[in-house]
Amino acid sequence: MILLDQVSKLYSGNARPALNSVSLEILKGEFVFLVGASGSGKSSFLRLVLKEENPSKGRIHVLGQDLGRLTSRKVPYFRRNLGVVFQDFRLLPQKTVFANVAFSLQVIGKSKGFIQEAVPDVLRMVGLAGKASRLPHELSGGEQQRVAIARAIVNRPAILLADEPTGNLDPSTSAGIMTLLERISTSGTTVIMATHDAGIVDQMQRRVIELVSGQVVRDEREGGYQTQGITLTKGFPE
Amino acid sequence: MRFGLIMSEVGNGLRRNVSMVVSVILVTFISLTFVGAAILLQSQIGEMKGYWYDRAQVAVYFCTESSEIGNCDLAEATEEQKALVEAQLASPALASLIDRYEFETHEQAFQRYQEQFSDNEFADFVTPEFLNEAYWVNLKDPTQSDALVESLSTLAGVEEVKDQRKYLDPIFSALNAASFTAISIAGLMLIAAVLLIATTIRLSAFSRRRELGIMRLVGASNRFIQTPFILEGVIAALIGSTLAAGAVLAIVRYFVQGYLGSTLETTTAVVGMSDALIVAPVLIALGVVLAAASAGVAINRYLKV
Repeated sequence: MILLDQVSKLYSGNARPALNSVSLEILKGEFVFLVGASGSGKSSFLRLVLKEENPSKGRIHVLGQDLGRLTSRKVPYFRRNLGVVFQDFRLLPQKTVFANVAFSLQVIGKSKGFIQEAVPDVLRMVGLAGKASRLPHELSGGEQQRVAIARAIVNRPAILLADEPTGNLDPSTSAGIMTLLERISTSGTTVIMATHDAGIVDQMQRRVIELVSGQVVRDEREGGYQTQGITLTKGFPE
Repeated sequence: MRFGLIMSEVGNGLRRNVSMVVSVILVTFISLTFVGAAILLQSQIGEMKGYWYDRAQVAVYFCTESSEIGNCDLAEATEEQKALVEAQLASPALASLIDRYEFETHEQAFQRYQEQFSDNEFADFVTPEFLNEAYWVNLKDPTQSDALVESLSTLAGVEEVKDQRKYLDPIFSALNAASFTAISIAGLMLIAAVLLIATTIRLSAFSRRRELGIMRLVGASNRFIQTPFILEGVIAALIGSTLAAGAVLAIVRYFVQGYLGSTLETTTAVVGMSDALIVAPVLIALGVVLAAASAGVAINRYLKV
């Protein structure tokens, strides 16, 4: 599903690589936590999988496609198979909940009929059935993140990338979002979630990939949030 | 569905940016009007050259009793001298260049002089003897007058060999200067128009950067993202260039044909509506192509993946 082979990413003007010779494979339907300190390469990893950036070295295969060979003309079509959720939601403030979700279908040329069917469906699934005509600022943070998730999954992507989706939310709201992501994962979508939230990781007991300075230091089947990263790199007391 | 969506995006962009769009319209309007004027001026020069060069002749003036210049020595050219000149004109070397020639006597020159300067007070003092007898030569190719001047001006009894085309050259160089001025102004204005369109499109894209980011994230195709912005630039430029085309047509109709036409009457050929009707679509096409190109380049930055 996702395969990285000796992938390194160097940004110009920075001698230390953001990712350093990372090799890993993520299978269909897996739920993967990507943990590590800020600057450890989690976001770079997600950007590379999205082909927002190209690796400096190594090869990346996503959904059977070699991203190095993907022409820029084909990138948009590749991205239609991926959903993305961010910490800051990234909703369009002047559009209603329905319009925000529908927008992502309109711009990839879906028919009006399809949109009229799919959007209420996905809003029901994320638990926003009654709030289709609200504007984003009328919603709580958790509800806004549900809209963002609805937008990410309305086109039924094979992979959902989530970059600290609970970073702005309180613990009980976060738990609700995690239940939703778990449900999405159960339906067969591969979910990759970058997070700092130790409680969530420990509780879910899913695959954990830990990055320290761009290198994979731990890849556990049913792991918890790491301990070594912080103590080793930052020297903080346990 | 998609067409409607794109057009509503275009409408939003134009509304959000009204003042910039108006300035794009005005700048393209003025710059393309200058382009049109320059093209018309060039074709006007072409028409005038065609018209006047056909009528321009080479005059071989013979000496009169009062003339000292050239090969003259205050003596009227003799019949032999005139015959020698005519023989030269008929000789194979020159005959191939010459379309036709005719001789003008003192009396004919006097009549022509009186017609042309009827309202001039000197006309009363001039007598036929003052005016040169001459051969008026029409050349097949008016640019080859030098050969005629060289071979005839040394002959005895010839006062001067004069190419009338020389009288016209200052007029044409003045008109040429005017048309180059118009072209330079047009060029500068076009650069301004292109930069202004690019800036307008960047501004429009910046005000919609959230939408653009989401479009790219969910996999909207580059063409879908580009098209509204390019259309925005093209529509603004289309309005401006249509105005310019209208202005050019109006200038030809009311100024050139109306005002100049009635002042100059039939003395010279002027550009007509047929020229203007060729120039107008050229201006519109130029405006649209420039706008599409500069908007395309401007928006490209937002499409890098």
